[in-house]
Amino acid sequence: MTVTQVSAGWVPLAAALLLTVATAAAALDGVLAARSAGRPLSGGLLTPAAETARLFRQRRRTTIAADLPLQRIGGAGLLTAALLMVVVVPFGRWTVADMAVGVVWFNALDVLLWAALWLAGWGPNSVHPLVAGHRFLAQALSYELPLMFALTTPAVAAGSLRLGDLVAAQAGLWFMVWMPVAFVVFCAGVVAFSAWGPFSAALGSGAAGGVLAESAGVDRWLVTAGRYALLTAGSAFGVTAFLGGGHGPLLPAWLWVLVKTSLLLAVLVALRRRLPVVRPERLAVPAWLVVLPLVLLQLLVVSVVVVARG
Amino acid sequence: MLSEIVFWVLAVVAIAAGVAVFRVDSMARATYALAASFVAVGLALLLLDLQFLGVMTVLMMVMEMAIMAIYMIMFMGMNPALMPMSMVHGKRPALLVSIGTFVVLAAGAVLVPWPTRRGAPAADLVTSLGEAVMHSKMLVMLTVSPVLFATIVAALVLALPRGRYDRLGPELRHRSRHGRADR
Repeated sequence: MTVTQVSAGWVPLAAALLLTVATAAAALDGVLAARSAGRPLSGGLLTPAAETARLFRQRRRTTIAADLPLQRIGGAGLLTAALLMVVVVPFGRWTVADMAVGVVWFNALDVLLWAALWLAGWGPNSVHPLVAGHRFLAQALSYELPLMFALTTPAVAAGSLRLGDLVAAQAGLWFMVWMPVAFVVFCAGVVAFSAWGPFSAALGSGAAGGVLAESAGVDRWLVTAGRYALLTAGSAFGVTAFLGGGHGPLLPAWLWVLVKTSLLLAVLVALRRRLPVVRPERLAVPAWLVVLPLVLLQLLVVSVVVVARG
Repeated sequence: MLSEIVFWVLAVVAIAAGVAVFRVDSMARATYALAASFVAVGLALLLLDLQFLGVMTVLMMVMEMAIMAIYMIMFMGMNPALMPMSMVHGKRPALLVSIGTFVVLAAGAVLVPWPTRRGAPAADLVTSLGEAVMHSKMLVMLTVSPVLFATIVAALVLALPRGRYDRLGPELRHRSRHGRADR
């Protein structure tokens, strides 16, 4: 299966697709929230629409001596990074940008979130967001290196940083089968850079809403929507790099990408209500002493297999 | 045509953000203006088909500046958001040095007879870059990287007032108190 680059006119459609899947993820989270609260599930399904309507009518909140430009740049950064991430992810036979260094591109954009969340925390000139922004950076120091090596593993196996080549290399066997550690670490990395579930200390109730404590209206919407978009973009990338991309029987390649992305995304969204939040300072020791050696070992195994195969 | 427009936009952004580093009155703004300048330079590298170097520049610089902002604010021991501060000091020598550097570099760029291109760029630039770095320079990399890494670890050990030996005892045997340093 070869991947062809579509013309720039398709970019809005790709963005709309990302936002649609992200909305579905928000609806799923709404349903899960309604179920755990014992409310009717149909109300939960409408959560994205209701939240959007509520936040778009709400006034923006400004604090005293706030650094508004930095706050706005940071708040918009999440959604922007997610949109730029999916640019390199092949949707079946098509891709928006057939980049030779697609894997590094994805990595660079997830690093952009370090800046985005910290700026969104710094901007309001308020204690809780500031603490939460620093918390996110502390967490980033734990997840980023394992994530980088998890991203390196499929690239080493495929001998290329191009996502189309990654998909082509999985024609026989999905990478998830023989690099499960890298896959799990990658998924954890996606959850962590989206500040979601167990890694949501920067946005959790532990710091009165964290980065979002002083944000209302469209600013709050951008960060919230950005998180779902990031989870979606991360899932789409994970499907491409580990779950065979468009490979699968019967269905067309693009539909397989959509189905697999939705399934992986649903798992990541459901994690939120399954796992407790991990404090960033407690994450450092297991991340550096356990996860990083494990993922390096995984990389070694994959490299040996690649060299042995010749 | 399009690439020329992109180049000029990126060039102007890079310079303007670079100027902003010294004009703004807060540490956070100065640091991220510098990051924006580097991002523009990294994206300009994409125009030269140096995709790996370009994207890598963006990655490294954003990461670096995110951490540097924390250190800048920490070492200043003040909140520049509440107390605007100047980003320049030692103005006259700095101005002399920077004008001198600019004149030398610009004169070099204009006066040096540039050689014409010999050969063509490799088909796979990422691979040839990797070979250039890892083939002939492997020994240098293998020597330099452990030294650099040891330096970083040693600097951290020296800078850290309380480490895991405080929490877990000299033999690292005591149970951690929720990863919190004892007071």
